[in-house]
Amino acid sequence: MTALLKLFLAFLKIGAFSFGGGYAVLALIQKEVIENNGWILPKDFIDIVAVAEMTPGPIAVNSSTFVGYRVAGIAGSAIATFAVVLVPITITLIVSVYYNKFKHLKQVNWVIKGIRPAVLGLIAAACIKIAWASIVDIKGIIIALMVFLGIYKLKINPIIAIIASGVLGVIFYGVI
Amino acid sequence: MPLDIFLTFFKIGSFTIGGGYAMLPIIQREVVGNKKWLGEEEFLDSIAVTNSLPGPLAINCATFVGYRTAGYAGAAAAALGAVMPSFLIILVIAIFFASFREYPIVDYVFSGIRPAVVALIAYALFKLVKAMGVNLLNISVSIAVLLLILLFNLHPIVTIVACGALGFFLNRKEKKQ
Repeated sequence: MTALLKLFLAFLKIGAFSFGGGYAVLALIQKEVIENNGWILPKDFIDIVAVAEMTPGPIAVNSSTFVGYRVAGIAGSAIATFAVVLVPITITLIVSVYYNKFKHLKQVNWVIKGIRPAVLGLIAAACIKIAWASIVDIKGIIIALMVFLGIYKLKINPIIAIIASGVLGVIFYGVI
Repeated sequence: MPLDIFLTFFKIGSFTIGGGYAMLPIIQREVVGNKKWLGEEEFLDSIAVTNSLPGPLAINCATFVGYRTAGYAGAAAAALGAVMPSFLIILVIAIFFASFREYPIVDYVFSGIRPAVVALIAYALFKLVKAMGVNLLNISVSIAVLLLILLFNLHPIVTIVACGALGFFLNRKEKKQ
């Protein structure tokens, strides 16, 4: 199977099951991109998430564009991006057309009720895997705690927190 | 009309950092307030529906609004407009990232940023747990999913399908009684 086809199928799967927002999708991307296909290293994946966090657009789309480029250049990035939104857009379109019927479909609601608590587990799994690869020493623990308290207690904007953590990185790892 | 839809969602997609929920108020302002393509209630309905579908919320919402406003051409224009900005921005970053990444100082910057990413995800999780409420069902299902993925190396898709099926059958049973 060619690289482009593999890329297309992996991101088609990721898009089709991306319930629960950007962070829940990270668990799927980790599985497909890092563990099953070995396209990028766990460390590089976190860099991509950080970049995605600071740029406009959904995390799933941003990371598929980035990973696609890594695997197969500009063609790869276009294919991965197209694949990740293909199923969601198709389903949304079908629902838009049959909206009045869909609105009253209680079965959909039942399924969603089951998926909702699973989303917590997916995000927790992604978080632990990312922590495992990114917090390598006591300095990392300090930075993570500072950022968590900063956004929780001081309500710092996440983008500002990321920039600040970059400065802390230079101080902790470059200067000290 | 489709061109106007494309440009509107292109603009929204270009300037909203922070994912779907950050985009919704801006989509609402443009689509309901400025352009008057949809009524307030219809817009809120669209979020309730698109929220239950797979995929990025902002892109699903754009597709829905586009279809309601101008049919299939409108849906295509809106979806394309919503995806294009992030695609182009990330493509440019990806092209220059490797060479940029070689400087030692960039390495220090990312050594600091990586733990911050963990904190951001942990915070999102914390907020979500608070919003959903701590009860036996939520906690046991989420811990089961976590353990299945981490310890048993199960594919996340399998856990999603299993939980969806479980939700379907449990709720159906409840309705029958």
